[in-house]
Amino acid sequence: MVAAKVGDMIEFLGDLAAWFASSWDGDTGYLMRIWEHVTVSGAALLAAVAVALPLGAWFGHTGRGGMLVTSMVNVGRALPSFGIVALALPITIRLADALPVIDSGLGFLPTFVALFALAAPPVFINTHAGIRGVDPDTVEAARGMGIDGRRVLTTIELPMAAAVIMYGIRVTAVQIVATAPLGALVAYGGLGRFIIDGFAVRDSVQIAAGAILVALLAVATDIGFSRLERRVVPKGITPTRKGGNIAGDVMVDPARAQWSRAVKPIHREE
Amino acid sequence: MIELDAVGKTYPGAAAPAVTSLDLVVTTGEIVALVGPSGCGKTTTLKMINRLIEPSRGTIRVAGRDIGSVPGPELRRGIGYVIQHTGLFPHRTIAENIATVPRMLGWERGTIARRIGELVELMGLDPAIGTRYPAELSGGQRQRVGVARALAADPPVLLMDEPFGAVDPILRSRLQDELLALQRRLHKTIVLVTHDIDEAIKVADRVAILNIGGVLEQYAPPGELLRAPANAFVEDFLGADRGIKRLSLIRIAEVPLEAGPVVAPGAGAAEVAEAMRRYGVDWFGVVSGSDLLGWAWGSEAPSGAGGVALRPFEVRLQGADTLRDALDTAITGRTLVAPVFDGERYLGMLTVDAISRQVIG
Repeated sequence: MVAAKVGDMIEFLGDLAAWFASSWDGDTGYLMRIWEHVTVSGAALLAAVAVALPLGAWFGHTGRGGMLVTSMVNVGRALPSFGIVALALPITIRLADALPVIDSGLGFLPTFVALFALAAPPVFINTHAGIRGVDPDTVEAARGMGIDGRRVLTTIELPMAAAVIMYGIRVTAVQIVATAPLGALVAYGGLGRFIIDGFAVRDSVQIAAGAILVALLAVATDIGFSRLERRVVPKGITPTRKGGNIAGDVMVDPARAQWSRAVKPIHREE
Repeated sequence: MIELDAVGKTYPGAAAPAVTSLDLVVTTGEIVALVGPSGCGKTTTLKMINRLIEPSRGTIRVAGRDIGSVPGPELRRGIGYVIQHTGLFPHRTIAENIATVPRMLGWERGTIARRIGELVELMGLDPAIGTRYPAELSGGQRQRVGVARALAADPPVLLMDEPFGAVDPILRSRLQDELLALQRRLHKTIVLVTHDIDEAIKVADRVAILNIGGVLEQYAPPGELLRAPANAFVEDFLGADRGIKRLSLIRIAEVPLEAGPVVAPGAGAAEVAEAMRRYGVDWFGVVSGSDLLGWAWGSEAPSGAGGVALRPFEVRLQGADTLRDALDTAITGRTLVAPVFDGERYLGMLTVDAISRQVIG
């Protein structure tokens, strides 16, 4: 009995190794699939950062938009990725019909839209929380020395919030990479193809290979971004601020963090 | 000179104004302390001077210029600002922190570097501190860097919001002394907010005591404040130990000393008895030339001062010490006097009676 199971396992691992040795090449090989996976993930993350970081920074700086922040937090937590993919599809198909520049409403676009919707709220929330978390004395001193509002944001608040912001981007990036396989449901490539197609033809080797590749890519993403984080966070920001604690709290329960700030009256010159 | 003319502030949504209508003139080169209970609008008043808070009414002039006509950031670059927790930029080195305002003003690199060197020396900091980050400094060092940063572009006016509020009492006292020493060299016009009346009395040339709603109860030099509080509020705020506080304003050098019940080393029994009788005490001191050798009880010298074992006076006060120090010395010693010296040379002594006469008279 046991020996038979061990034998099965060894055979399975052999098949898996054979799969990795043979399926790397060509349009449907895993190198191509990794490339597709990375492209749509990277594009979604870039877009999310480009939109959500400035917004979060601005709302954090001015202390306005408490309602927006709170709803962002709730939406961010409630959105099912699977649902967004399903929701994105009819929209992008109509969009493609209406705009001839868009090739197809299938594949890349709905995947991108879904991943963007997944990524924007946490980037926004962490940027906002990071800026709000900057020591108010430092901001007051900066303003008291005649640094104007915009420069306070760019030269004081953003560098000081860099650790929290970068942590948010890093976690979001990993989440995107782990969610991108859903793109295969809407006819996109990426590593999800192996999993979805594997299920369709009951090819457990292919499913496992796809899952392993997604996991490896997610780990690589995490390592890459934590390196980037170390480079971006300025020297002099103390380890206690840099460590996962502050950011961790934000990611675990941003709503609480936001509300506790929202009830405090904040006097600020505009 | 800073002039506040009927200045008021009402925060949006607040029922009562934080500052109702305040008139205050700070003359050039003086330190003025704003003190009062929380809610008296002292910090609001300070921040209106550099427009961190916009006044709701009235005008403020700094060096004759209505500050309402100057854009906030530009105004603030010309006014030094020091706050309680220093607000140093943690992601910038000490040198970069100090250089903040000169850089904004477009100073040349060489000039800035020289200025940083000057300030580091002025504040008594280690020259190597420039390349370090705020997190690597002690509380006292950070506070000094905060002051250096505020002084960087040599502004004529300095605003300080509870500058020593977050440090321990010993360091606070030292930083206060340093501020006074600095002021003797720089002659800035300084407005300082504090909730600590002792700090106000120690560092300020004039103290403005504010009541809830920014009502100015009294504006006077510390000595006058303590001698003649304008009303019950001021009296209450100064505290029950007003007399003791006044003592801390008077230097020993300013008051006459008494010789005390002292005799020469070889004095006979009659001489010792006469010295003690004159002062109404049961002990006597022995002085040889300008040297105070010590003291003994009269009962220990039935046959005169010769050969008696003397006890030393432990504390040797100097002219720069205050009457508060003298009182402390007098009441903690068995003899109830405070001997005063110039270096090692004995000048005379202060009795508890003589000290209290300074407060009553």
